[in-house]
Amino acid sequence: MRKTFGTRLPGMSKEHLKGYLIVLEGADGSGRTTEVDRLREWLEIQGHPVVDTGLRRSTLVSEQIDEAKQGHTLGTNTMALLYAVDFADQLENKILPSLAAGSTVLADRYIYTLMARAVVRGASRQWAERLYQFALVPDLTIFLDARSNLLLHRAIAKYGALDYWESGMDLGLSRDRFESFFRYQQLLQAEFEWMVTTYGFHRVDANRTPELVHRDVRKLVAPIYHPQLPLDDTDLAESAPDAD
Amino acid sequence: MSADPTPSGHGEPGRLLVFEGLDGSGKSTQARLMLKWLQARGYRVFFTEWNSSELVSDTIRRGKKKGLLTPTTFSLLHATDFADRFERHILPPLRAGYIVICDRYAYTAFARDAARGCDPVWVRNLYAFALPPDRVFYFRVPVATSLERKLASRQKIAYYEAGMDLGLSADVVESYQRFQNRLKREYDRLAPIDHFTVIDANRPVEQILRTVRREVRPLLAGFPTTEALTHA
Repeated sequence: MRKTFGTRLPGMSKEHLKGYLIVLEGADGSGRTTEVDRLREWLEIQGHPVVDTGLRRSTLVSEQIDEAKQGHTLGTNTMALLYAVDFADQLENKILPSLAAGSTVLADRYIYTLMARAVVRGASRQWAERLYQFALVPDLTIFLDARSNLLLHRAIAKYGALDYWESGMDLGLSRDRFESFFRYQQLLQAEFEWMVTTYGFHRVDANRTPELVHRDVRKLVAPIYHPQLPLDDTDLAESAPDAD
Repeated sequence: MSADPTPSGHGEPGRLLVFEGLDGSGKSTQARLMLKWLQARGYRVFFTEWNSSELVSDTIRRGKKKGLLTPTTFSLLHATDFADRFERHILPPLRAGYIVICDRYAYTAFARDAARGCDPVWVRNLYAFALPPDRVFYFRVPVATSLERKLASRQKIAYYEAGMDLGLSADVVESYQRFQNRLKREYDRLAPIDHFTVIDANRPVEQILRTVRREVRPLLAGFPTTEALTHA
């Protein structure tokens, strides 16, 4: 029987979940998505089927979330609950069946991001934690930790601008988007710092090249498998350090 | 100048009146009549019902139609709907000193979600942001009455209303009865915990009306009417 954070889903099968649940957390621009792709590739080469999942991908409410974000009008509790619907739908229809079938589930963000976002918007930590008590405890959670100025740099390089939500403009921290971005990322970072200890995240320094990040991630992932995955990293070429 | 109204447990200047009970218990009828009565007496009143936020009502409808909902997503979607209405339509009028009448409140979720097997402690936490009402009227009827009224209204019994998703029975009426029994047990269990004012609703409308009005009057002692406010 797999553990949840405190409450069982009604109707959850008692079936043994053979697969592994691996979570990657980290801000936008921390290289999370790149790392998910690399990890997936590596695991598949080792012969492990991988299913990936992320936020806002449920069939049930992902469109509603997009619409709500356009309007910028939802309150903290409403937004947090709407994301919880999205998560629960994916948990029940994708994560659990995939784990039961023996696949590895790679989660590009998990309940932690959702809790952090709710808490920095004024929800109580206790409320947010209890809200997600039905979530499965992952086998491994990796936190890609990157400095705010690197995140800013990557956001600009990628989008040419700062996203309204990633800058936390809805919090009214500052009317200046750059200022808001930094303050918002600091608030999130503080929540993540707290969670690193509370939930036993494995921190990976993401202020480095994707190759170095990936090498560290492999070292964390390999031992959770039985038998342990081989750690031959000759395929990982060194490249110049990432500009900062 | 009117006297200051007696303070409420929720700390807001308005009043929060909640009408709860099984389908066919007559609670919606009584809630509407209360609205008319209070308006006629010059109070500023706001009325809100379950499941009515634009945001998720479509999703709930679609999810129900396609049978996409599990007890957990069903519960969370209704909590989302409630949160949206609470933040938009319940809290602001309460802050502004309105009497807010709710046709169903968090207790409906407590009862339904528990009847669907969700952890009651988890469900209660979802609604932790909901302010405690000044009064919760629980319109208590036997399940047979609920069913009778439901059948007499010639409305089709909806799939989820009958708890068909729980597989209690393949027969809609049978399933409805068994599901309503579970709900009634939950309401009865909540009644002392959440200090419901239990109304015997197996009586004529006028009698129930008198009882409810008698209960509401003391809550309005010193409560300003619109006229008192504009001439203050």
